[in-house]
Amino acid sequence: MTRSPTDAAAHALATTADDHRIARLAAAAIALSLVDAAIPLPLPGVKPGLANIVTLLVLYRYGLSTAAWVSGLRVVAGGLLLGHFLAPGFFLSLTGAAVSLAALAAAQHLPRRWFGPVTLSLIAAFAHIGGQLLLARAWLIPHDGVFLLAPVFFAAALFFGIINGLIVARLLGAGAEPGTERQHA
Amino acid sequence: MSPWLPLVRPGDWAVAGLAAAAVAASFPLVWQGGAAEKAVVRRDGEVVAELDLSRKRTFEVAGALGATVIAVEPGRARVAADPGPRQYCVRQGWLRRPGEIAICAPNRVSLQIAGRKNGFDSLAY
Repeated sequence: MTRSPTDAAAHALATTADDHRIARLAAAAIALSLVDAAIPLPLPGVKPGLANIVTLLVLYRYGLSTAAWVSGLRVVAGGLLLGHFLAPGFFLSLTGAAVSLAALAAAQHLPRRWFGPVTLSLIAAFAHIGGQLLLARAWLIPHDGVFLLAPVFFAAALFFGIINGLIVARLLGAGAEPGTERQHA
Repeated sequence: MSPWLPLVRPGDWAVAGLAAAAVAASFPLVWQGGAAEKAVVRRDGEVVAELDLSRKRTFEVAGALGATVIAVEPGRARVAADPGPRQYCVRQGWLRRPGEIAICAPNRVSLQIAGRKNGFDSLAY
C-alpha cells in the first residue's frame, strides 16, 4: 500500500523518548518561569528562579546535556510566553541560564559526599545573577552604577539559592547521584 | 528535628557560609562612595567654588537668571533657593553622597558633592 500525501504519519517528525522527556521537563520549567514572573517583587532582577529547580533536578537525574536542553527551551519558550523574546530581558535570561549552566558543568564534579543540591543551587544562582550583571554592565547600562544594586541581588541569590537547593534535595530524596538515570515511580 | 536539615551536607554549610560572607562583604564594598568632603559649585560648567563640608555656611552664585543660594551644613549641602521656574534642584533636597549632584539648568548652576575618591561620575534621582 502506498501512503497518501495527506497521511499525517508521513509528515510526522520522528521523536525519541529522550525528546519527549526533554519536552515534558521543559514544560515544567516554563510553567515555573511563568509563576516566577507572576510573583511581585520590589526590585526588577530579584526573582526566586523557580525554574532553576527543574534545571538542577534534570542535571541530577539525566545529566548536563539534558539540563542544557531543558534550560535553553525554557528560556526561548518562556521568552515567547512572557512577551520578551529577543528583547533585553530575553538576553538577560539567556545569559543567566548559560552562565549558570557553565558553572554547574564545573560544579557537578564536586565530591557528592560533601556537596549536595544546596551547593549547586547556590553556585547556579550566583553565576546566574553574576552573568546578568556583567551583560547589563557591558550592554544595557554601560556604567558602573549597575553594580550599586549588586549586593541586593547577591543577597537574593543567597536566599533563593538555599531555598531552591533545599527543594531540589527534598525532591531528589537521599542518595541521588548526578547523571544516573532513575526510573519514574 | 527539622526534615530539611539532613538534606544539607557539610560542604553545603561551608558554601552557604562563604556565600553569606561574600554578600555581607559586598555591601560596604559597593555602597561606600567615600566620605563627602566638599561641595563643588559650577556655573556654565566651570568651577566657581569648592565649599568645605565641615561647617555651616551659605553661598551665593550669580547665574544666568539670578542668584542661586547654596546651603552647607556639616556633611551635606543643598540648593536653598534658585530663580529657575521648576525648582528641580531645590526640591532635590540635601545631598550627602560623593557624586550626588543637583543641577539648576535654567540658571546654569550645579552643585555636586565630592569625596576623596568618587565612586561614580554623578548620581541623580
